[in-house]
Amino acid sequence: MSDRRAARIELQHVTKLYGEVAAVRDVSFTVPAGSLVTLLGPSGCGKTTTLRLIAGLETPTSGRIVIGDDDVTGLGATDRSVSMVFQSYALFPHMSVVENVAYGPRVAGRPRREAWAAAREALAGVGLGELGERLPSELSGGQQQRVAIARALVLEPRVLLFDEPLSNLDARLRRQMREEIRALQQRLGITVVYVTHDQEEALGVSDRIIVMNHAVVAQEGRPRELYEAPDDVFVAGFMGEANRVKGVLRRLDDRMGRVSIGGLTCTLPHRGLAEGAVDVAIRPEAILIAAGAAANGALRGTVSQAAYLGSRMEYSIDSEIGRLFVTSPAVDAPLAPGATVALTLAGHGITLIRP
Amino acid sequence: MRNGLRPWALGWSLFGCAGFALLPWYAIADGVVGWGWIGRVLSDPDLAPGAVQTALFGRLWLLGPAVILLAAVVGSLAGGDRAAFGRRLALLGGAGFLYIVVHGFAIRGQPGMGAGAALVAASFLVLFSLGLAALGFFKGDPFTAGAIVLVAVLVGLFTFFPLARILLSAVQGSDGGLSGRAFAARLFAAKIWRLDCLAGGRSCGVGWNTLLLALLTATTTTGLGLAFALVVTRTGFRAKRLLRVLTVLPIITPPFVIGLGLILIFGRSGLINQLLEWAFVVTPSRWIYGLQGVWLAQTLAFTPVAFLVLIGVVEGVSPSLEEASQTLRADRWQTFSRISLPLMRPGLANAFLVGFVESIADFGNPIVLGGNFGVLSTEVFFSIVGAQLDQGRAAALGVLLLALALGAFLVQRRIVGRAVYTSISGKGDGGLPAPLPPRVRRLAFGVALPWALLTLLIYAMALAGGFVETWGRDYTPTLRHYVKAFSVEWSAGGIIWSGAAWRSFWTTLELASIAAPLTAALGLLTAYLLVRQRFAGRTAFEFATMLSFAIPGTVIGVSYILAFNVPPLELTGTGLILIVCFVFRNMPVGVRAGVAAMSQIDGSLDEASRTLGGGSFVTLRRVILPLLRPAVVAALVYSFVRAMTTVSAVIFLVSADYDMATTFIIHRVLNGDYGVAIAYSSVLIVLMLVAVGLIQWLVGERRLRRRAMPALAPLPTGRAG
Repeated sequence: MSDRRAARIELQHVTKLYGEVAAVRDVSFTVPAGSLVTLLGPSGCGKTTTLRLIAGLETPTSGRIVIGDDDVTGLGATDRSVSMVFQSYALFPHMSVVENVAYGPRVAGRPRREAWAAAREALAGVGLGELGERLPSELSGGQQQRVAIARALVLEPRVLLFDEPLSNLDARLRRQMREEIRALQQRLGITVVYVTHDQEEALGVSDRIIVMNHAVVAQEGRPRELYEAPDDVFVAGFMGEANRVKGVLRRLDDRMGRVSIGGLTCTLPHRGLAEGAVDVAIRPEAILIAAGAAANGALRGTVSQAAYLGSRMEYSIDSEIGRLFVTSPAVDAPLAPGATVALTLAGHGITLIRP
Repeated sequence: MRNGLRPWALGWSLFGCAGFALLPWYAIADGVVGWGWIGRVLSDPDLAPGAVQTALFGRLWLLGPAVILLAAVVGSLAGGDRAAFGRRLALLGGAGFLYIVVHGFAIRGQPGMGAGAALVAASFLVLFSLGLAALGFFKGDPFTAGAIVLVAVLVGLFTFFPLARILLSAVQGSDGGLSGRAFAARLFAAKIWRLDCLAGGRSCGVGWNTLLLALLTATTTTGLGLAFALVVTRTGFRAKRLLRVLTVLPIITPPFVIGLGLILIFGRSGLINQLLEWAFVVTPSRWIYGLQGVWLAQTLAFTPVAFLVLIGVVEGVSPSLEEASQTLRADRWQTFSRISLPLMRPGLANAFLVGFVESIADFGNPIVLGGNFGVLSTEVFFSIVGAQLDQGRAAALGVLLLALALGAFLVQRRIVGRAVYTSISGKGDGGLPAPLPPRVRRLAFGVALPWALLTLLIYAMALAGGFVETWGRDYTPTLRHYVKAFSVEWSAGGIIWSGAAWRSFWTTLELASIAAPLTAALGLLTAYLLVRQRFAGRTAFEFATMLSFAIPGTVIGVSYILAFNVPPLELTGTGLILIVCFVFRNMPVGVRAGVAAMSQIDGSLDEASRTLGGGSFVTLRRVILPLLRPAVVAALVYSFVRAMTTVSAVIFLVSADYDMATTFIIHRVLNGDYGVAIAYSSVLIVLMLVAVGLIQWLVGERRLRRRAMPALAPLPTGRAG
C-alpha cells in the first residue's frame, strides 16, 4: 500500500500457458488510472485468467505486468495492492460479516479495534452497517455481494478486480448492483477491471471494453465503438445480435464507401477494405420493416417466424440476401408468418467487417 | 526491491551454526534432553558438538558442514538480486544436506547422527527451500517450498530409504556382496512355492497359502459387504445404525481379537467342541487352526471394511438411472441385474482388492490361528525373530509380500482413478432408489443378519473370556486376570502400578499421544499441498505419500530394522522409531481425510485470503484449518487409535524399554496365557470405544453450536474465460 491513489495497469505481451495450452496469448493493453475496464468474452476465452494474472493469483509464462509504476510480474497476490471480488464471493463461512471484512487489516497486523472500526465503516459504506454480527450464510445473495465488496475496499486498494460479480444474482438485482458498482467506482475514483460474459452488463458499466476470444484480444474500445463498429464477425456477433450478409463495396473517398446489398444501398466508412465483395454486419434493429409489397429501393421479404417479446417483436424474414433476423418496436401491428414485407436500412447499426 | 527472505536465511544459517557449535553431533543413548552430556563435551568424543569434534577429536570431515554454514551466513548478507540470492542459497543448502547424507554413509565407524546433525541438516533444508522460493519456484512462496521439501525429505527418509534397504538385503549374499543367485534362491525357495498339498503332502508353500487365503477372504468379504450395504441403503431395515457401528469395529479392535474370540468358540476347549464332546462324545478337534480358521477370522475382521467401501458404491448408483430403467418397463429384477449391479462393478472390484490387500498384510490372525498354515507375513516374522534369524530371507519374503501388495494397490488405483461409473453428479439428483427385487432382498438379509450376530457373539465371547478362571475347564467367575494385569497398590510413596500390563499400557498411551498430532499435522499439510498447490512432480509426490499405506506392516517392520539398526540413523530400541513408524504408516489416512475435506472448500476462499494480504501460512491457519476441524479431529482419532491397536510393524520394533500393549498381548497368547490377553484386549476395546465416542460427541456438539456449518457450496470454479 505504498500509494493510495488509483493506479494504471499495463499488460505487456503477457502469455500464460497451461502445459501446451495457451490460456492467454501475447495480450497487451492498458487500463488508465481511475477507469472501469471490462474484459468481455465467451467462457474459455482467457478473460478470467487475465484477471487472475493481474491479481497475482497466476504467474505469467512470459510478458510483464505493471501496476502504477511498479513491475509486479514476479510478485504474489499477497504483495500487490490489488483486491478482488470473487464470482462466488468467497466469504469465509466460519467468520462473521465484520470478521470477514476485518480480515485484511488483521492479517496486515493492525490491532483488532482499529481493524474492526475500519470494517464497520466499510460495511456502512455499502449499506450493511447493522449486519456485522451475522454469518455470511445468513445473508441474501445481494448482501453477500456487498460484503465481498466491502471486504475488498477496506484495504483501500489501488486496483479493484471483479470476477463475474453479478452472475449469481437474479436479473432484477443484477441491474441494481451494476449501477451501485459503477457509482462506487466513480465516487472513489479507483481503477476497476471487471470480467463478464454478458455484453449488456459490459455496455452498461464500462469506460472501455476489451473483447477477448481464443486467448487473445479481439477488439478494444469504448462501448459505442464496439457495438457500432465491430472489427470482425466474432465481435459483431458477441456484442449483440448481427446479420452477416454479402455486399459489394465501391470507394467514394479515402474514408467513405458505397455498399450495395442485394437491392439495398448505403454509405458507410470503408475501413480500408478493398473494393469488391465485402462482409456486412447489420444489427436486427437496423432493418426497417413495412407491411406490403416492396417499393423502389426496398427489398422484398417474407415473414417465416414471428415472436412477441413484450417490448418488441422478433421476426425471421426470408429475402434474396438470405434469412434475416429483425426486431421491430411496432408491437401494436404484428405481422403474421407468411406476410410479404418491404425491408429498408436505418442510418445506424450497419458496418463493414473484416473477413 | 526488498527481499523479505533475507532475515530468514540469515536466521537459519546462524541457527545451524549454533547447532554445530553447541549440540552433540552424534546420538546419545540417554537422549539429548537428559543433559547428562553437558559436563563431558570436551572429553568424550561421542558427546561433543560438531565444532569440538573437528577441533579436538580429529573428525575433520565435519569441517564440511561448518564451511557451508559460514558460506550461507555470508551468502544471506551479500548483495545481488533475488535470483542470485536464491541460487546461492539453494546451492549451499542442497550441498550441505547432501554432504551430511553422503558422509553419514561413507565414513564408517561413526556413531549415529544426533541432535546437532539433525539441526544442521534441518537448517540446510530450510536454506534450500528459501533459495527455491527466491528463485520463483512454488510461486515464490517460502512456506510452500519449505513444506514440500520437508514432506519429500521425510517420506524419502522413512518410506523409501527403508524400502531400498530391504531390497538391498534381499539381493545381498551371505558375504555382503550383491548376489542374484542368493536372491533367486530365497525368492523361489520350496518353502514358498512347493505344491505338496495338491499331491497329498503336508502343506503347500507360504506363497500359495497367502494367495489362496487372500482370494478366499476377498471373495467372502466382498459378498458379505455387499449384502450389508444393500440392507443398510436399500431396505427399510430398522437397526441400520447398529449395522453402521460394525464399520467402526475393525478400526478400534486389535487385529487378533477376532482370532481370540474364535478360539473361545471353536477352539479345542471352545464352546462348540465341549458341547459336542458332552453330547456325542466326539474328540475335540483342532480344525479352527489352519486355513479355514484364518479365513473365518479374516472374513469377520475385514467384512466391515468392504461394507464401508460398498455403502458408498451402492449409494453412488443414481436413482434416476434406475427410474429410467423402470419407465422403460423393466421389472425390479431386470433393473437390479442389468443396471444397478453393472454400475457397481468397479466398486465391487475395489472392495475385492481392499480385502485382498488387508488379507495379505494381516499378521495378527494368522499368527494366532494359523497353526501349521504359514503365510508370508508370519513367515517374515519367524525368519527375523525365530531361531533362523536370517535377515536376507526375511527381506526376500518381505519383497515378495510388498510386490503382491503394491500390485493390488496399483490395480486398485487404476480402477478407482478411472471411476467410470460414478453416476451421482452432485447436482440435485432426484428420485428414489429402486427397491430390491424380493430374492435379492431375502438373500441379503439371510446372509447379513446371521453374520452380524456371529460378529457380536465373538465380541461378547472375547469380553466374557476375561472374567472366567480358565476357559474350557473352569468357568468360575473371577477378576483374577484383570487384577493380574491392572492391579494398583497404594503405599507410602504413592500409587504403585503393580499390574503386569501397566508398563506397556502407559508406553502405548504415551507414544500414541505423541504420534497422533504429528500424524494429523503431516497428513493435513500434505493434503494441503496436494489439493491447493500446483507444482512439478505433484503426481509423483502424491503417489509417494500414499505408498506407505499399501506396504504391509510386517514389511515396514523388517525394513525399519534393516534401515535403522545401524548408523547413520540408529533408532532401534528407542521410542522414536515407534513414533516414526506410526506417523508414516498412518499418515495416508490423514492425507485422504484432508484431501476429501479440502476439496469441499472452494479454492476462491484461499485466493480471497491471498488478495487480502494473507500469506500461505496465514491462510492455512486462519481460513483452511478452522474449516477443516472435522477432518483434523478424524485424523487425530484415527492415528491415535491405530497407534494403539497395530501389531504387525510394531512387533519388530518394540524393545525392553518400549513394549506396546498389542505386542504384550500377542506374546501372552503365544504363551497360552489367554486370560490376561483377553482381559487386556477388552480394556483396549472399551477404551477405544469411549475415546471415539467422546470425540464424536464433542465434534457433534461443536457443530451444533456453530449453527449448522454454512454450506460450502461446490461452486463451479472452472477457469471460466
